[in-house]
Parts: sequence; structure tokens; C-alpha cells
Amino acid sequence: MNLDEIGARLSKELGASVTRQEDVGDPSLCVPSTHWKQACLLCRDLEALDFRFLRSLCGVDRPEAGSLELVAHLWSYRLRHALVLRTRAPRDAAELPSLSSVWPAANWHEREAAELLGFRFLDHPDPRHLILPEGWEGHPLRKDYRQGKTALGIPTVRPGYEPEGAAS
Amino acid sequence: MSDVVELFPDREQLVLNMGPHHPATHGVLRFVLHTDGEIMSRAVPDIGYLHRGLEKLAEGQTYAGYLPFTDRINYLEAMFCNQVYAMAVERLLAVSLPPRAEYLRMIACELNRLANHQISLGCIAMDLGAFTPFVYLVRERETINDLMEALCGNRLTHHYLRIGGVAFDVDDAWLGRLAGFLDHFEPVIDEFDSLITYNEILIQRMANVAVICGEDAVAFGLVGPNLRASGVDWDLRRDLPYSAYGEVEFDVPVGQGQIGTVGDCLERFIVRVAEMRQSCRILRQCLAKLPAGDIQAKVPRLIKPPKGEVYAAVEGARGELGVYLISDGSNKPYRLKWRTGSFAGLSIIEHISRGLMIADLVAVIATLDVIAPETDR
Repeated sequence: MNLDEIGARLSKELGASVTRQEDVGDPSLCVPSTHWKQACLLCRDLEALDFRFLRSLCGVDRPEAGSLELVAHLWSYRLRHALVLRTRAPRDAAELPSLSSVWPAANWHEREAAELLGFRFLDHPDPRHLILPEGWEGHPLRKDYRQGKTALGIPTVRPGYEPEGAAS
Repeated sequence: MSDVVELFPDREQLVLNMGPHHPATHGVLRFVLHTDGEIMSRAVPDIGYLHRGLEKLAEGQTYAGYLPFTDRINYLEAMFCNQVYAMAVERLLAVSLPPRAEYLRMIACELNRLANHQISLGCIAMDLGAFTPFVYLVRERETINDLMEALCGNRLTHHYLRIGGVAFDVDDAWLGRLAGFLDHFEPVIDEFDSLITYNEILIQRMANVAVICGEDAVAFGLVGPNLRASGVDWDLRRDLPYSAYGEVEFDVPVGQGQIGTVGDCLERFIVRVAEMRQSCRILRQCLAKLPAGDIQAKVPRLIKPPKGEVYAAVEGARGELGVYLISDGSNKPYRLKWRTGSFAGLSIIEHISRGLMIADLVAVIATLDVIAPETDR
């Protein structure tokens, strides 16, 4: 199945609009955040799609659009086809259902996206920090993140040294 | 705690720390073990000790300037990290490489795979109490390090690949040294087999331990030797050929379960030994086929890919190593995400650790070939 056929099939099954997004490189399908988990379940379970392998799940900050994007790269070993599926959530309230029950591999990717970009995954089985220490302030992979002069009580700059762009 | 109660009714659990500084955790990595005596009800990995923010750093570097950072993703797989990042940028730029550059990349990567498997297999044996194989393999790896040093000046973080090609050409003397190494190393694999692979103690320690079925392996996103040991016949080099892998012949070793079960620790060990033989085979074909010509494609001095996104993947020593790269049309990446084999390998440990002995956990970590810096990035 090519991307447009997958898009049409998903759109029909979901009853929601699935848009195609394409610049240079890999084209992708964008589904509404309200249908995110349902779309992923369909991708896994539909015989004609059979995406059993979640290659990567990546959060992207889009401050100019006021949204956070979540991009899933899927692969089907049986049918040998790939899909890039994305959804958008508002930047200040990025709540999405967790995909851990769809692909167990999503568990850690979501924990990472939650702490580094500020997503909130509902029904996540283990919503602790994965990489950052507990209590870390801010979401480092957001574009407007600036590191403070101290982190968890430990100075982050050498005395008398002011790195570029580390203000505030 | 519900699963704990189920497994050990009316028995108190002991919570133990393993790591972050532990010789068997292969880097700075911590496990929280819930145990009753020697048996674990679960082992929870705690990572992040080596998080260097390599994804965030990419957003502040130029495209060419980020290349040396990629070596630091995984110190045992530097060539693959170079290659996958370079491939992602090349796909955005729509650059195709001269054939000689592709072959040199293949030679560098397969040598890197050999070096990685040597350390990994040696460490498995060492973690299980056999120190000698490690020393034998490190001796061989030293020769590879010398070859790498002659190739690009670096022994560990190679930075040999460039966007659009490779940094240095090779001469006949170097190719002769490589051929000499292969002549020497192929018999060493047999020696290694008779020394440790079919050693009774090693088999007792690894066969039927921590079996991962193919379905679980796919669902948790295991890749590479770990996936193939679970019986899934998949190799990016063969199935989605990149570089010049379509022009060389090799077999993809898959777990057979001849001694233990498909997907157990022993299979993961045996698959890696078999991969070393195949890497030697690929290297010999590369030596025979190495074309003449340029080693660098024409790439603009200031790399500014058009707006777009790309996911590139290579078959690294730990399986699919992926880079998801988004360009906004400027000279710096907008977002870069690494998808690494160790990350997936570590995330399955909590799932399979139930009912294992603490000593078996050591075998699991070692055979999944988990490298902490690659997990944390």
C-alpha cells in the first residue's frame, strides 16, 4: 500500500481527516490528537498495514505553531513497508494517550518525550523520569529552554565564565 | 508490587542496588533489583547517568560540525553513528556517493563491527567468569585499532566519514595489512569457538536463560543480533540494502536453537560469533571489488539542506541504528533523534527479569550488548 492508500484507509476507519504532509525526504500522515491511539491500534492490527515494529517515537517542539508534535516511525516486517505517523497537541497542554499498550517499545520513548519536551501521557504505566533526575525543571528539548545557573542545587557554570546564550 | 506478591506470597522482598558502578553493567547504569534470596521478581533499569544531551547539542551545531559528536553516541560503534548521520544529511541534500567512497565506508563499518563483537563477546565470557577469551579478543581488536589509526588517525572515536564521502583514501599497503589481518583472524574465530562457544560451563550458564520470543522481540523493538537470535530473519544490509551492500554476498545468521532455545542468551552469543565470520566475508569481497575513483562527492561548503525530514537507518553492530533528522532550511538541524539498539535492549529487561537469578541478569545484560552511553545519548 502506498501512503495515500494508507491515509484513505485510516481516514475511513477513524472517521476523521488524515492529512498528508510532505517536504523533501519522507512524507508522513498527520492524524488528529483525539484519534491518536486509535490510529496506532489500526496501524498495528489491520491486516493490510500490520505495523508491528515501532522504530522510533520522537517529540518535536514547534513554538511558532504553538504545538508539540509526536512522530512515530513504523515498520512492518511481514509486508515490508514503512509509515511515518504524526499528531499535534497544544504546547501548553500536550496530553496524549499512552501507546505503551499498543507497542511496549513506546513505554521508554514516551517517558523520554515527557521529560524532554513536556508531553503528558495518559494511562502511562510508569510515568517517572527516564533520563533526567527527578525534580528537573523545564523541558530541555523545547526551543525556548534556557539552562539556569544552578540545576538541582549544583552550579552549571564555572565562576567568572558566562557561556553564550546561557542568560536567565 | 502486585506481581511481587503473586510470585512470592508472604515473603519479604529485599531491594538491592546493582550499579551505577558495577563491572557487569557495561558503563554507568543502575538496576534496582527486587529479590528473594537469589531470585528476582523484577529488575528495574535506571538510566541517564551518561546523558550528554547529544540531541540538544545537534540543534546548536552546523551539519558538518555535528559529525564528530556522533562518534560519542557509542564508543564501540563510532563508524556506524558517523554513517547513519551522514546518510541522513546526504538524503536531504540528494547527494549520491562515488562507488569507492561507498566501499571504503563498508570496509570501515565491517571492521568496526568486528571490533565491537570482539569486545562484546569477550565481555560476555568475562562477566560469566571466563577471563581468557576477553584477552584473546582484545589482542585481535588491537590490530583493528591499529588499522583504524592508520586509516584515519583515531583509534576509538574515528570520525572517518564525511558528509558526501570519507576523509582519507587507502593505499595498497593498508589494503595488504587488512588482507593479512583477515588471514590471521578467520582461524582465530575457530579457535575462539573451541575455546569458549561450546564450553560446557558457558552453555550451562546461557542456554535456556532469559528466552525472548520473536513476538516480544518485535514488540519491544529489539534489533540486530538480539532480534535475529529470537528467530526473526531480518538484516537491513540484506533486506533494504544501503551503501554497496547490495553488491556483496553474505548470509544472515539467525537463531536456530540447536543447543538451547531460540531467543535465549546462548543464541545471542552464537549469532554474534557467526556475524564475525560474515563480516570477514564481506571485507574480503570489498578488497576484491574496491573500485578506483573519487572518495568524496561534491557537497556545498555551507550545508543548508532544504526544508524536510528524513529517517535514515543502518545495520549497526547492535542492529538498526536510526537517525530522524528534521531540517528547517537553515544551516543547523531543527531536531535530531537517535534510535539506538541499546535503548530497546535495555527496555525489555524489566519484562524478562521476572524469576531470573541475579547471576543470570549479568548474562542478560551482557548478551543484549547494552552500552550505557548509547542508551542515554
